[in-house]
Amino acid sequence: MMQFMLLFSRQGKLRLQKWYVAHPDKLKKKITRELITTVLARKPKMCSFLEWKDVKVVYKRYASLYFCCAMEQEDNELLTLELIHRYVELLDKYLGSVCELDIIFNFEKAYFILDELVLGGELQETSKKNVLKAIAAQDLLQEVSSQDNELV
Amino acid sequence: MAYPMYEVDWSVLPPEQNRRFNPAFNIATIKQVVNEAIERVAPVSVRMPTPTRLRDLIRQIRAARTAAEERSVVNKECAYIRSTFREEDSVWRCRNIAKLLYIHMLGYPAHFGQLECLKLIASPRFTDKRVGYLGAMLLLDERQDVHLLITNCLKNDLNSNTQFVVGLALCTLGAIASPEMARDLASEVERLIKSPNAYIKKKAALCAFRIIRRVPDLMEMFLPATRSLLTEKNHGVLITGVTLITEMCENSPDTLNHFKKESGQREIVPNLVRILKNLILAGYSPEHDVSGVSDPFLQVKILRLLRILGKNDAEASEAMNDILAQVATNTETSKNVGNTILYETVLSIMDIKSESSLRVLAVNILGRFLLNNDKNIRYVALNTLLRTVHVDTSAVQRHRTTILECLKDPDISIRRRAMELSFALVNGQNIRGMMKELLAFLERSDAEFKAHCSSAVVLAAERYAPSDKWHLDTLFKVLLKAGNYLRDDTVSSTIQIISSAATERQAYGAMRLWTSLEQSAVSGLATEKQPLIQVAAWTIGEYGDLLVSEASSAISMVDEDGVDDFVRPTEEYVIDIYQKLLWSTQLSISTKEFLLLSLAKLSTRFTTQASQEKIRVIIDTFGSHIHIELQQRGVELSQLFRQYGHLRPALLERMPAMEPVAAPHRDEQELDLSDTSPDHTKPDQDALLDLINGSDSLTNGDVEHQPEQIATTNNNTSSNDILDLLSGLDLTPSVPAAAPAVLLANNNVEPSAAPAALLLDGLFAPPATPQPPHPADANERNAAGAEWERAVLERGGVRVCVSARRAAGAAATLTARATSQLHTLTDFLFQAAVPKKIQLDMMSPSGTTLSPQGEITQVLKVTNPTKTPLRLRIRVSYNIDGTPVLEQTEINNFPADLFN
Repeated sequence: MMQFMLLFSRQGKLRLQKWYVAHPDKLKKKITRELITTVLARKPKMCSFLEWKDVKVVYKRYASLYFCCAMEQEDNELLTLELIHRYVELLDKYLGSVCELDIIFNFEKAYFILDELVLGGELQETSKKNVLKAIAAQDLLQEVSSQDNELV
Repeated sequence: MAYPMYEVDWSVLPPEQNRRFNPAFNIATIKQVVNEAIERVAPVSVRMPTPTRLRDLIRQIRAARTAAEERSVVNKECAYIRSTFREEDSVWRCRNIAKLLYIHMLGYPAHFGQLECLKLIASPRFTDKRVGYLGAMLLLDERQDVHLLITNCLKNDLNSNTQFVVGLALCTLGAIASPEMARDLASEVERLIKSPNAYIKKKAALCAFRIIRRVPDLMEMFLPATRSLLTEKNHGVLITGVTLITEMCENSPDTLNHFKKESGQREIVPNLVRILKNLILAGYSPEHDVSGVSDPFLQVKILRLLRILGKNDAEASEAMNDILAQVATNTETSKNVGNTILYETVLSIMDIKSESSLRVLAVNILGRFLLNNDKNIRYVALNTLLRTVHVDTSAVQRHRTTILECLKDPDISIRRRAMELSFALVNGQNIRGMMKELLAFLERSDAEFKAHCSSAVVLAAERYAPSDKWHLDTLFKVLLKAGNYLRDDTVSSTIQIISSAATERQAYGAMRLWTSLEQSAVSGLATEKQPLIQVAAWTIGEYGDLLVSEASSAISMVDEDGVDDFVRPTEEYVIDIYQKLLWSTQLSISTKEFLLLSLAKLSTRFTTQASQEKIRVIIDTFGSHIHIELQQRGVELSQLFRQYGHLRPALLERMPAMEPVAAPHRDEQELDLSDTSPDHTKPDQDALLDLINGSDSLTNGDVEHQPEQIATTNNNTSSNDILDLLSGLDLTPSVPAAAPAVLLANNNVEPSAAPAALLLDGLFAPPATPQPPHPADANERNAAGAEWERAVLERGGVRVCVSARRAAGAAATLTARATSQLHTLTDFLFQAAVPKKIQLDMMSPSGTTLSPQGEITQVLKVTNPTKTPLRLRIRVSYNIDGTPVLEQTEINNFPADLFN
């Protein structure tokens, strides 16, 4: 099970955080800070896995953005890399050649997509098409419900 | 994972509506309660203008050039958002929450948005709900008291007609379910698992997964609904179903059996095998394809569940052998995704009761992984080898060279795995080679590895050491390389090993450690290697005479690389190095204690007057040391150079060989190259025995059997035992009686039972506990009955009786009692010696002054593993009116069954 997922930039700026375990805000911040520093300090040629505290961190860099998942010991590290890649593909399809800036300005969409891919720390859908269909349908629902104003 | 307790009282709710779901508690009442709660604190303010759009806020924040500027933009916006919340602006609430979430991600506090999120969730508009649930997942965690409110919102939405509303609620529940929420909503989730809608079904299955993770008791209610999940075609439902079953089976053996035996129409293993087979054999399906592999996510989940089902189950394992072989041989390995599946397959093959040919296949796959260029694949190879090394060590041994290479990898993740794996591979055959690599690794390894690595080296060395010399050398290297990261117990265990080694090994140890000590002192690295300094100080203190003596030149100091860097130091140089270390400000107090006592010991090991003088000067300086412990030692030890100088040699005798705390687990198959010389002796006891042997031979038939005298109460109030002397508190010339007791030397000084009793501990023990006299003995003696007792000396009204009693094991307790009828005896001292094969421990005497009708008792513990007949020589010395008297005798008529 995934304990949390962080997206952050090469400069160490947090771009997305999704927690599947309950921690006080203070602890979340501490973990985030420490993990970002540790991952950024690693050289590009090193492997994508990091044993960190009691979790196994699987991370991968896409352009200027690091995708970083904290998994449990029994989880398949290589599969987690596939999961990250799947998420990137979905963002790419939805936002069209996604870049860091897209995720900054559409962070809520990035969350919506993640929530259609992963639920409670486990993968819920293995078909890209189904995820995108669900997102599109909800976007439509949103437009219908709020034609009167451009909310977000 | 530890989850904090909920707070039971929540102030907004009336107590009768506390925490559990109440059907009457619908959205309208929630809104009302929330609004009332807010209105209580928020006065109505002026209507706000249209708020900034999210996009514009992000631009503004990004445009900020300094942190302060960013802060001011954020603070201004937060103030604005708060005011709109106060004003109950429901039109722009959604936008304001979205902005708040962005601000939250930047690390600013956003808790004031929690209740607003709930209001959004309660809104009928989908946009509001979507953002509201997103906010709830980000801003609330399960500690939040608002959970009761959200539980009711969720319950409402779980019953919605819109699948996406149900989906949002399930997603939120899956992310932030607390145990209370799990209990309250479990039945809703169970109902939704049975929904015909795949979109809802898969989400509900994962919600159930989270619920039973939080509250395992709830597992049972999900069992029937879960079973049918595997009959679905939809991959989303299948993968979530497999995830849920995996969690259930891992959690409870009962459930595992339940699924194995009665899973509806089909048994679970064939069913999973069928699904997996279909995935492999089915043609290209664009929907689930990843680089040519059909749904690797589902495959991996199924492989993992098969592993759990096949573990310790021959029948289930049999049923999955073929499919595992098929997956292992047919999976494309050029891409990460293929290796992902192979990795999971290998784990399953190694965990279930698989056929041996399949295991060979699995180990070969790992061998290929280990040589892969991709670091990630190498990492999982090491990881898997570590998990399977206990199943099949020999297969893993074949890859030893590659694994040792990985110790040099620049990547810490790989090094960590390689280190753990290397230690798992150490055995009696490869210990020398492996240790060489591991010691090299220890030296260059990161600080976080050093403690773990050094303990593992010490353990492996203890277990597999091919020879004593090798063992000692390895320990010395660990001391040198691990520095201060070494665990404390290694110091005492190393000292214990040296102490019980053969004399030439002790000399060797002193010489080796001297080289390290000297180098550390000269290069100024002693501070980083305090455990080394401690062991070296102890060893040199004990065996310093062997270090400086030419007699030990015969010992080869050539190391494994053929280098002999040992230079025999002069006494003066050794003392100079000690001085340098003792005067260093960096060393810890305990290291200095080792050094100080060691230096004192050296004063009796070194022979020249000049060195003695030098040592005395150094020790004297500690008399005014700022640290109380060291000062006290300084004062005490300086006394041994003055008034009590004659006691010094005996008091600073060598320690007796220490017993190991726990017997070392030497591997019995290992060759013991027997560096241990046969004449391995305990030097301290020899010394005393020799002393007595050197005197005139004694008659031994003169022991009379006399009725025992009436034991009078013990009376020695002065009890000037050795500990008092060393306490140094009242050492004035007016207490001369204290002195001779010291001659009892080490046997008295060291409480033999103390674990890792370094000489320091013995000498520096709190002085306030002179061994109490043994009044109880008198009673015991009469009660025990079976005790043997003889009067062994009787002259001029002074009488010494020795009694013997069997003790546990091959041991006996002897008690010597001295009584005087007429005179007061001062400086009473009792000494004893036994043959070499027998071990003698002397307890503290009850006193040194014997008044008429008084009694002094001295307890001796004799351990006689070989059960040779016990002979005991005793010597008694005392003063009568200032005239010294010395008497000795030998007892060899102890009962034959004393040690049986």
